[in-house]
Amino acid sequence: MTDWSGYLSLILQGALVTIQLTLLGSALALVMAFAAGLGRLSRFAPARWLATAYIEFFRGTSIFVQLFWVYFVLPLLGVTLSPLQAGVLALGLNVGAYGAEVVRGAVQSIGREQFEACVALNLSRFQAMRHVILPQALIVMLPTFGNNAIELLKATAIVSLISLSDMTFQAQVVRAQTGNTFFPFATILVLYFAMAMTISTAIRWLERRMTRGLDGVRS
Amino acid sequence: MEWDWNFVWRIMPTMIEGVKITILATILGSALAAAVGLVIALLRRSPNKLVSRPVGFFAEFIRGTPLLVQLYFLFYVLPSAGILLSPLVAGVIGLGLHYGTYAAEVYRAGIDNVPRGQWEAAKACNLTPGQTWLHVVLPQAIPPMIPALANYFIAMFKETPLLSAITVLELMNQARSIANTNYRYIEPITLVGVFFLVISLVSVFGLRWLERRYGRVEN
Repeated sequence: MTDWSGYLSLILQGALVTIQLTLLGSALALVMAFAAGLGRLSRFAPARWLATAYIEFFRGTSIFVQLFWVYFVLPLLGVTLSPLQAGVLALGLNVGAYGAEVVRGAVQSIGREQFEACVALNLSRFQAMRHVILPQALIVMLPTFGNNAIELLKATAIVSLISLSDMTFQAQVVRAQTGNTFFPFATILVLYFAMAMTISTAIRWLERRMTRGLDGVRS
Repeated sequence: MEWDWNFVWRIMPTMIEGVKITILATILGSALAAAVGLVIALLRRSPNKLVSRPVGFFAEFIRGTPLLVQLYFLFYVLPSAGILLSPLVAGVIGLGLHYGTYAAEVYRAGIDNVPRGQWEAAKACNLTPGQTWLHVVLPQAIPPMIPALANYFIAMFKETPLLSAITVLELMNQARSIANTNYRYIEPITLVGVFFLVISLVSVFGLRWLERRYGRVEN
């Protein structure tokens, strides 16, 4: 029987990289989602076109292809990124495009009377967004954002293919060193599942927290 | 590095070979996912908790873990249990199982949308459970969910490049082997992106048609 504790710590090191990627990727995705989602609702046509092009491009091609493009093609064009930077960039831009549609849908789901009330109160467009529309839309977005974050977590496994030593990469290392396949892959499956559960629990907590005191205010 | 059209035309036949495998894997995977999804959806509704609970947990687990790791599991772990799968078969099973759990949610929503009166009428007409499902519930539940299912199959299509990690010679793998032998990355990887974008955009038009034909998807 092999001593697994050393290999387990190797996999846990990979888990740290996976968590780091998920957090950084989610942060970038969140920024992109709001930028592109609100861009699609903009009054300025060029902003709408730019946002639509971004969303359609990143939703239309595979995350895997985008990652390879960022990692292998960008250096030839003079932009060199470390594997971690390439991973965060590709994951964030990809999931951000999906998130943008969530932002757009949530803002559009807010009733017309809210927009009209803002006009009646003489709020500027920025004030209306900031103080009236977004606080309500955020609650609508939250559950889908949670799903997107889990999608992002699962997509991080792909970065192992551009030689970033995340959890999946370390499992391959353990497989190569020990020849055992069940232990490394079963371990990381359980760890990924635990992380996904953590995200969905956290989102549910946040949802309860944010809807507190809103019972009966919104239908 | 410059974009070289001669090189593009020289590698085109190999890329087309890859596209064929990609499409084949998508079609087989979709068929399997549609079947697996229906089975999971029906088993989760089982009144016997010993059936519905484990199936529910299994589906949650598959949805919470990355497809790439599941493919590794099928391709590397199963042979040690005596089950040898060819790369393409392992890939199709992986895609089918993973997206089957998503399809199961679509089926669940579709079945829940069949009005209670239909169930009661079936009972009143003394139909057996088998007849109720086959002749009353499923014919009404399936058409509205076709657009949502198609949506997931387009998503599956974009995940097929992952099969290259278990040595299936699909589009991405052909592109990578071209890139590695010629040491030119720009053309092959960009072409993969273009292929995916074109096929996705065409399938989005197909999806719009399905939505008009069978009713809108609720997002």
